[in-house]
Amino acid sequence: MRDFYGVTLETPLMLGTAQYPSPAVLEAAFCQSGASVATVSLRREGGQGQGFWKIIKGLDVHVLPNTAGCHSAREAITTARMARELFETNWIKLEVIGHADTLQPDPFGLLEATEALVADGFEVFPYTTEDQVLAGRLLEAGAKVLMPWGAPIGSGLGLNNRYGLKTLRAAFPDVPMVIDAGLGLPSHAADALEMGFDAVLLNTAVAQAGDPAAMARAFALAVQAGVLANTADPMAPRDMATPSTPVIGKAWL
Amino acid sequence: MKLEVNGETREVTGPTLAEALRELGWGEARVATALNGAFVAKGARAQTELKEGDRLEVLAPMQGG
Repeated sequence: MRDFYGVTLETPLMLGTAQYPSPAVLEAAFCQSGASVATVSLRREGGQGQGFWKIIKGLDVHVLPNTAGCHSAREAITTARMARELFETNWIKLEVIGHADTLQPDPFGLLEATEALVADGFEVFPYTTEDQVLAGRLLEAGAKVLMPWGAPIGSGLGLNNRYGLKTLRAAFPDVPMVIDAGLGLPSHAADALEMGFDAVLLNTAVAQAGDPAAMARAFALAVQAGVLANTADPMAPRDMATPSTPVIGKAWL
Repeated sequence: MKLEVNGETREVTGPTLAEALRELGWGEARVATALNGAFVAKGARAQTELKEGDRLEVLAPMQGG
C-alpha cells in the first residue's frame, strides 16, 4: 500500500464525521467501519466544538481537517492555517469549491492554494477531479497525494467517469490516490479499490443510511474485498464469450 | 470597543486579542482565530491589538466530510 506522507494506513477507509443522527451513532459507525482516518472541519464556535473535539480524540484515528465551503484560495489558505493549529496536524484536505451546484473544485484556486500551503509546510490532500493535466500540476506544486472525486459530493452516484479515473491511476502509478466524494454504496468503494486506488473517503453514504453502523460495516468489508481483488490481479474483460467449461471431450450427441 | 465577532456585534474592552477572547468566554477554549480575514496564531494573540470595528472569527472543531 502506498503511504500518505509517510503514514501507512491500517485500512483504506477514510470516514467523514458529519450528518450522523447523534454522537453515539457516529462512534458506532466508526467502530464498525474500521476507518483509519476521520475528516473534520472548523466552524464558528457556538458551544459544541469543545465536546466534538473530545469525541474525535476518542476515536483514536488520524485526523484530516478539510477546508470545506471555501470558494477562493485565500479563504482556503487561512482556513488551513487555523485547522493546523486547532487539530495539531500538517494534513489538510484542500477543497476550493468552484461551483455551487456540483461542488466541483476550482482548478485554478486549488493549484494556487496547494502551492502556498506546500511552501508553508502543509501536507496537502487536494480534492480534485480526474483531470490528468491538473493532477500533474498539483504534483509539481508539491502535493504527494491526490483525492480525485468519484462523483459530486453527497450525490451517491459512484464512479462517474471510470475511464477518466482509470487513466489517471495509470498516469501516476506511484502517487497515493483517494477516491473522495460521490460514493453511495459499498460496491462503489470496492470498485475504486479494485481499480487500484489506495483508499476511499466517504461520509453521506454511511451517515445518512437508515442504519449507519451496519452500512459502515458493509463498507469495511467492501474495501477489504476491493484491496484483495486488486492484489489478486483481476482478469481483463473481453467483448465476446469464451467457454469456461472445456470443449474438448464433449460427447457427440 | 465594538467588534464583529463571528458575525455579531460584541462589546469588549481589550485591548489585545488574548484579553478579548477571555472576556468573550473563550480564554481556555480550543479555538483558532482570524482577524479581518487573516489567521492569528495562538502565540500571537497577546501581542495582537484590536481596534474598533475589527472583524474577528473564532472557530472550533466541527463535524466535516
